[in-house]
Amino acid sequence: MNDKPIIRIKNAVKTFGTVQALRGVDLEIKQGEVVLIIGPSGSGKSTLLRSVNRLETLTAGEIRVDEDSVTDRNSDIRKIREEVGMVFQSFNLFSHLNVLENITMAPLTVKNVTKKEAAETARKLLKRVGLADKETAYPNQLSGGQQQRVAIARSLAMNPRVMLFDEPTSALDPEMIKEVLDVMLDLAKEGMTMMVVSHEMGFARAAADRVIFMDEGLIVEEGTPGDIFSNPQEPRTKRFLEHIL
Amino acid sequence: MAEIKSSRIEVSDGALIPDKGEHSLFSAWRLAFFGAIGVLILLPVLSPDPYLDIIKFIPDGILKTFEVTVLSIIFAMIIGLFTGLGRISRITFINRLATIYVEVVRGIPLLVQLFYIYYALGKMVQLPRLTSAVVAMSFCYGAYLGEIFRAGLQAIPKGQMEAALALGLSRSQAIRKIILPQTFKVIMPPVGNEFIALLKDSSLVSILAVSDLLRRGREFASTSFRYFETYTVIALIYLVITLFLSKLVALMEERMQHHER
Ligand SMILES: Nc1ncnc2c1ncn2[C@@H]1O[C@H](COP(=O)(O)OP(=O)(O)O)[C@@H](O)[C@H]1O
Ligand SMILES: [Mg+2]
Repeated sequence: MNDKPIIRIKNAVKTFGTVQALRGVDLEIKQGEVVLIIGPSGSGKSTLLRSVNRLETLTAGEIRVDEDSVTDRNSDIRKIREEVGMVFQSFNLFSHLNVLENITMAPLTVKNVTKKEAAETARKLLKRVGLADKETAYPNQLSGGQQQRVAIARSLAMNPRVMLFDEPTSALDPEMIKEVLDVMLDLAKEGMTMMVVSHEMGFARAAADRVIFMDEGLIVEEGTPGDIFSNPQEPRTKRFLEHIL
Repeated sequence: MAEIKSSRIEVSDGALIPDKGEHSLFSAWRLAFFGAIGVLILLPVLSPDPYLDIIKFIPDGILKTFEVTVLSIIFAMIIGLFTGLGRISRITFINRLATIYVEVVRGIPLLVQLFYIYYALGKMVQLPRLTSAVVAMSFCYGAYLGEIFRAGLQAIPKGQMEAALALGLSRSQAIRKIILPQTFKVIMPPVGNEFIALLKDSSLVSILAVSDLLRRGREFASTSFRYFETYTVIALIYLVITLFLSKLVALMEERMQHHER
């Protein structure tokens, strides 16, 4: 991990009509850092994550990935999105494409790669997520855990510098959670910069450099997993942790 | 939990039979279909005059009916695609334009539209009758298909677009590569039903002197004065064609449901 922040979020504010989803969030994430975001439902975790690749447009504030401004309307958001992978709770695999095509689609469409190169990369990634034998399967023939691993491979195929995970295991049956977390753990060990919304304590302790507790659109408390889980300072953090532990 | 939902869309106005789940030997569809074919075969055998003459006179009309229908559905699909995209567009002007088009077309009887387009076009350019007929039918059905495209586009879970955007695709790339291929799949059965409806409505173009199935019947009847016999045959032929096509659509629908596990 080096000290240069790769993501810089300054005073992020987002309102949906009368709902204030984000009320001024400041956050810097260093290259190679794994940051876990926890907090009650509706506290703005997804909105924060989705603002980083501009799936949501901030009402006020600024977000930069490296030197590129995400929030500047004139910046080329597609270039930034190539650098920032995202994994969704509901997988969102392209249902009309098979596994290999799911992974090669974006590189073939937006990058200058040949079919052969794209397929080679895809096969390497499939091996890495343990699904080398599934390349011709369609998403509806896969279990949830398998789909999520393909979704991770699909993001990695763009060779991103940052990965965003929005509750990647909450739609999964318990027995499939581990296979997805293991892939994420590997990724963390290899030095990927990760922003992860998840309440998986095991993953947090094993991989997170920092845990952030959000409530009502604000960061209430942050610290190492040890600090936050064993020795929370804020009453709201304590109450929340009692609730989920 | 935001599981990916199966994206089947329902559009009313489809064929009544075949009714799914009705598989007995004497299903309504079988009775109607084979009954109609039986009568069409029996009539000329039992009473060659005039039925055999009618049956010999009609086939050109059937071809013409299919020509009008197929050409119209192709153009209507193209219009419908852009109308559907327009209906979900965030650009107000385009959205309004598409909506007005749909409302206007839905508010005017097809026969009136046919007359209007035929004579309005006729004032500006002299088009072959078949062309005018196809233009009018496509214009009208483009609006209906536009609504089917809109429903189909909206039936695609929004996570599909988000995943594509998150990977760095532009909106139009995402629509072309991800949204439209899935849309085409879900709208196949309703489009099939529109094809059947269009085929039936194409009988209206006989008014414009396009010699479709109905027109051929009229020509035969007006020279032979065998009105009842002629229109019996015409009606039966339309029935056999539409029942056959309805069955195809139903099979298509069934196969699609199979595919969705
Ligand atoms: N597209 C939207 N339209 C309206 N309100 C939204 C939208 N997305 C999120 N919200 C609201 O913003 C708040 C924060 O939501 P979210 O970021 O999804 O929370 P979390 O991911 O922590 O559960 C919630 O009150 C939610 O209802
Ligand atoms: Mg959320």
